[in-house]
Amino acid sequence: MTAAGTEAAVLAGPADGATPRPQVRLRLPPPAQLGLVPFGAYVVLFLVVPTVLAVATGFFDKAGRFTLDNVSALSDPVVVTTFWNSTWLSLLTAAVGALAGALVCYALLGVPAHHPTRSVIDALAGVLAQFGGVMLAFVFIAAMGRYSLLNVWLSGAGINIYAASNWLYELPGLIPPYIYFQIPLMVITFGPALDSLKPQWAEANLTLGGTRWTFWTRIGLPVLAPSFAASFLLLFANSFSAYATAAALASQGSQIVPLQVRAALTSETVLGRENLAGALALGMIAVMALVMTGYALIQRRAERWRR
Amino acid sequence: MATIAPERVATTVVLDGVVKNFGQTRVLHDLNLTIRPGEFVSLLGPSGCGKTTALRLIAGLEEPTGGAILMNGEDVTGVPTNRRDIGMVFQSYSLFPHLTAIDNTRFGLDMRKVPKDRARTLAAESLELVGLAALADRYPHQLSGGQQQRVALARALVTSPKVLLLDEPLSALDARVRVQLREEILRIQKELGMTTVFVTHDQEEALAISDRVAVMQGGRIEQIGTPEELYLTPATADVAAFVGLSSLLPATVTGGVARIWGRAVPVIGAAPDGEYRAFVRPEHLRVARAGESGMRGTVEASILLGSSRRTELRLASGEVVAMQHGVSLPPERGDEWLLVVEPAPVVVRPLA
Amino acid sequence: MRRASFHPHPVTRGVIGVLVGSFVLLPLLATLEFTLRDGDAHSLVHWAAIFDPAKAATYKPIWVGLSNSLVLMLVTIAVVLLLLAPTMILVNLRFPRLRRSMEFVALLPISIPAIVLVVGLTPIYLVIGRTLGTGAWTLAFAYGITVLPFAYRSIQAAIDAVNLATLAEAARSLGASWPTVVWRVLAPNLRGGLLAASLIAVAVVLGEYTIASLLNRQNLQTALVLVNKQDAYVSVIFSLLALLFCFLLLLIIGRTGNLGAARGKDR
Repeated sequence: MTAAGTEAAVLAGPADGATPRPQVRLRLPPPAQLGLVPFGAYVVLFLVVPTVLAVATGFFDKAGRFTLDNVSALSDPVVVTTFWNSTWLSLLTAAVGALAGALVCYALLGVPAHHPTRSVIDALAGVLAQFGGVMLAFVFIAAMGRYSLLNVWLSGAGINIYAASNWLYELPGLIPPYIYFQIPLMVITFGPALDSLKPQWAEANLTLGGTRWTFWTRIGLPVLAPSFAASFLLLFANSFSAYATAAALASQGSQIVPLQVRAALTSETVLGRENLAGALALGMIAVMALVMTGYALIQRRAERWRR
Repeated sequence: MATIAPERVATTVVLDGVVKNFGQTRVLHDLNLTIRPGEFVSLLGPSGCGKTTALRLIAGLEEPTGGAILMNGEDVTGVPTNRRDIGMVFQSYSLFPHLTAIDNTRFGLDMRKVPKDRARTLAAESLELVGLAALADRYPHQLSGGQQQRVALARALVTSPKVLLLDEPLSALDARVRVQLREEILRIQKELGMTTVFVTHDQEEALAISDRVAVMQGGRIEQIGTPEELYLTPATADVAAFVGLSSLLPATVTGGVARIWGRAVPVIGAAPDGEYRAFVRPEHLRVARAGESGMRGTVEASILLGSSRRTELRLASGEVVAMQHGVSLPPERGDEWLLVVEPAPVVVRPLA
Repeated sequence: MRRASFHPHPVTRGVIGVLVGSFVLLPLLATLEFTLRDGDAHSLVHWAAIFDPAKAATYKPIWVGLSNSLVLMLVTIAVVLLLLAPTMILVNLRFPRLRRSMEFVALLPISIPAIVLVVGLTPIYLVIGRTLGTGAWTLAFAYGITVLPFAYRSIQAAIDAVNLATLAEAARSLGASWPTVVWRVLAPNLRGGLLAASLIAVAVVLGEYTIASLLNRQNLQTALVLVNKQDAYVSVIFSLLALLFCFLLLLIIGRTGNLGAARGKDR
């Protein structure tokens, strides 16, 4: 409101008989930087401080003394196994999701931008990729669980998919719902890249004596490769950091890193260590930083080609 | 340098009664056009006149609804684009973004399975021909718009195609680069003697570089001729209006001769006796000499074109006419001049 | 016909559509079937039960969670509209050099898993609990961060679509005060982006589970998990409804965005 006050004062100036000049000032009053403070403070308080705290607590024990004990727990075989589980689960679901999602993007080529099909698929992809969480777990329990129609039919046919174990509630059970949210994320991130293929390239390829095959092998796929790799990394990061679906499906056990963080947060000690959550958070941040840096680098290259 | 010049005899391209429909809309009506070997022909017209469609039909990127396309007498109507042996330059953004200039240039040679070393040599020569040898290893995004179009030209030329097709290759460029590159295209085309079809909506461009220009309108060729023929003896009012600048002056035609401002001027084409409007070029108006009678006009505006000057004058009837004259004559707004029409042949249009 | 020859053949398109479409839609249909079960037959009995007074006690957490989530939506939208949007306008107008840093900060939450954020938020929410109370609405501060990348993208797209600086300079040169510029000139031009950002905030808040559950606050999702243990049907029904609601929200964003883009083309 300081701005309005200054304004009033300036406007009041020439009122003493002088001809009022039109007040054309394209400059804000000096404290414009102040306007950045509220948002800056908010981000520091709820993004920067929590992230730093999350990582830093790993280096301190309950008494507040510096220790590398928790961080060294990252090499504990149990922790290593969970990181490995998270990694292969993310690699597998990202790979399947990326391929299936890319196929959907390909199928959408040539559908006009404002066509209802596109709007519906975009909206569906957004919901399933980003806001599903717990709800996807319920969907898969209802669709594939012990009491699902699928299981009833299969049992009727003499096939018991839950003979060996109740796998839907264990690590393998995460694969179907994870793929289920990876495909739509791929559609969202990879679609724009595929849409940026220019018809002129296909026509130039033909006029130069190329075929449909040479278009894809020599032009289309090489041009799309960086975007595909970037999207794959984003999918990996997405799986790696996902928590809600797993938390709702696997109510016990800590087969993947986010669930192990839950265990560390909700019980006092895990693996006989306090503050293990911080160390696990550090491990996750390290993996994410690596993946997202790779994503940013590849994405920059991809965008250069796409103008 | 002569390596990529075609050893074979240049190609004749014939469009024989070509018809093209898009859905229910007919965009080309019975198009007939013969392009002689080594000739540079422009298809000129406003957007939507069918010129680009005609070019794409020659390229095989569109299939004609009716009629035939012949190259050196051979019917190529059913031959797919990649076996027509053509070179094409597109309006913009047709370079492959992941390949350097030289790799873009050699693409057509790779498609033809030319040995690697030979392909590299030929591509380098082609880049040199368009003056880009120094930038051979740059990627398209590191090149300016004009440079990208030069690479596209090198890429189209390197395979010594039967016919070179240029689809408004200059329209996305700055005015200065545009003029520079069009002269380059003309030089290279003459050097290689390649049959060339050039599509443009810019009449100045078409007149400047073509052996012949086909003016198109509404899916038809209105007139085809040398730039001089089009300018001096336009076949129809549309051509006269589209090519060059004209003033429309009232004319009375009797026996094939128009009377404009009391002067007899020959009429191009057949026009039954009656009242018309005549297309008169600015350079065919001049100031009356002592003793001549003419039309009085008041100077409204005048612009310097460089070596000449164009002045617009308002007549008593309220019409504005344009006149071109030497720079020595200094006009001033409000000056009164007496104008006469030179007896150069004119095109006439019936009164609305 | 031969145009743009890399487009898929209609048959290819259809095969992909059926394959992936069934993988996406069949689980949803199977879930719908699950909610319609009535012994060995099908009926709307589980849907009707939502309003059954006899079950009101069991379902109470859902209504509490839902109303908490509604409050969270409003506060989160306020964070987006009153904190993020004005800062973005300010940065774009006055500190264009900060644009890259702003983008970096706004997209950062993508790289920081919510589960990691929770580890660091725990001590902060201990302090908040002591000062502002343990009301669920305080979670909105954390949700503002979760929404940040999505909201930033929507608003920035709207800012990029209009020339913000020129608009502001034009309005200023016509004598408008800064509040007038922001309220009467900039906000109406950014309306589409602000609406999209708000709707995305709604979708994010409605689906959020991680932060609420680990900070021991009740929202719709934690309530669904809680109730699911006693009555699987109702939590599945609410899940379907919430997914449908978010889908409709995003559909609206998409369509209005398209309308905006189409209008832009006419100009």
